[in-house]
Amino acid sequence: MKKPKSEGVQKAGDLPLGFTAQPGSTVAFKTGDWRSVRPVLDKEKCVYCGFCYYYCPDGTYEDMGKDEKWYKVDLNFCKGCGICAQECPKKAITMTLEEV
Amino acid sequence: MGKRIGIEVSLAVSEAVKLANTDVIAAYPITPQTHIVEHLSELVADGSLDAAYIPVESEHSAMSSCIGSSAAGARTFTATSSQGLALMNEMIYIAPILRTPIVLAIANRALSAPINIWNDHSDIMSVRDAGWISLFAENGQEALDLTLLAFRIGEDPAVSLPVNVNLDGFTLSHFIEPIIIPDQQEVDKFLPPYKPSLQLDIKNPISIGLLGGPECYTESRKAADDILEASVPVIKKAFDEFDKVFGRKYQVVETYCIEDAETVIVLMGSIAETAMTTVDELRAEGKKVGLVRIRLWRPFPRTELLAALSKAKNVAVVDRHVVLGSDTSAVGMEIKSLLYGSQLNPKVTNYVLGLGGRDVTREEFRYIFDQAASGEAQVRCEIVGVYE
Ligand code: SF4
Ligand code: SF4
Repeated sequence: MKKPKSEGVQKAGDLPLGFTAQPGSTVAFKTGDWRSVRPVLDKEKCVYCGFCYYYCPDGTYEDMGKDEKWYKVDLNFCKGCGICAQECPKKAITMTLEEV
Repeated sequence: MGKRIGIEVSLAVSEAVKLANTDVIAAYPITPQTHIVEHLSELVADGSLDAAYIPVESEHSAMSSCIGSSAAGARTFTATSSQGLALMNEMIYIAPILRTPIVLAIANRALSAPINIWNDHSDIMSVRDAGWISLFAENGQEALDLTLLAFRIGEDPAVSLPVNVNLDGFTLSHFIEPIIIPDQQEVDKFLPPYKPSLQLDIKNPISIGLLGGPECYTESRKAADDILEASVPVIKKAFDEFDKVFGRKYQVVETYCIEDAETVIVLMGSIAETAMTTVDELRAEGKKVGLVRIRLWRPFPRTELLAALSKAKNVAVVDRHVVLGSDTSAVGMEIKSLLYGSQLNPKVTNYVLGLGGRDVTREEFRYIFDQAASGEAQVRCEIVGVYE
């Protein structure tokens, strides 16, 4: 039985030689659907210290800049590990159950 | 033309590695393979081989280093036996998927327990399914020649796969045989410098050794299986070209006296020489017997074996490895499954002998030829020569 090719799936013949990947290609590999809890930010409590940005093992936080003064999570890649919420000194991040 | 000299087979394999201008050797000593890498370390130390010699702390590290150096574009060699191959296991499965054309000589030895340093095929059978090209030598000349061929086949851009060369421990590895050591010019003609299809390069970075989830793991295995199938014509072409340069003709499957043979033994490795002597004796007595020797074990040479067995009434498959808990052993299973789907319907029986260095004699082959030709049905694979 053969299956039709769907998004994110490689045909055996199309796999790169030696199962290798080009630099920066993990942006094409969305890991967000592994998550069961998501970080939700309370902007009122946030002091723009940057801990969440530096501690996130997946580099999912984006610096919104000096004017806006907050960090925005990219849910395409956040795996919901909770490190940002744990490390936030102001308890500004709450891990919230993903609804199915 | 090369020079015919008396040389220990292990050292002849080292000479092949030297003639191949190998770039990297990463190895750990283990009996009965040790002389191969020991001699290579001497060749590197005395300057006759310009290679990096990595004396690693284990076989797991040996194969890891080989994968790294091969991915960096180096012609890479290692050798091992038995427990060493078992310790390599994790990396053995990785090398083919990463398409690193490493050459691995295996001086075949029994797996523990009990601890046994002598010859059988249980080590290679433990990595049977890993996706390597697998060749079996019958004698010393073949061990040298197949080592050169292994580089040529594995490094072919259409293949780019690791290749293991199996030579029976002690029976081959420690014997001094008359062997033709080819000239460097001949080898250079046959084996051009390695041009990697895949190469780690800091100017064009790639990642290697990646995660492959449910969405592509199946495809990675399919691709590995497809490439092994596709390597068959490359292997045959390499054998042809080897003949043109060196004047020694190899087939993926060798046959002996099979034209009118009613009973045919199928086997691999050095015991074929004893089997041939037995065939000669039985032929002199008027018995219609023959021999088929598998040189290319992986990918399995289906077409050639079917042709070789097309006239046999009785096929006796001889294994040097027991598949514990099964009715059939490794080569036996393969032959039975090959014949089941074919038009041929010979009686197939399966025998195991020569385990852990037990001598394989003509008497055993006579017994097997007799048993195979008898009307007796065989339910399970028979371990021949057990003391009772
Ligand atoms: S939960 Fe983990 S992965 Fe998600 S943003 Fe926080 S630190 Fe990063
Ligand atoms: S760690 Fe907390 S306080 Fe600091 S920037 Fe992140 S959310 Fe704001």
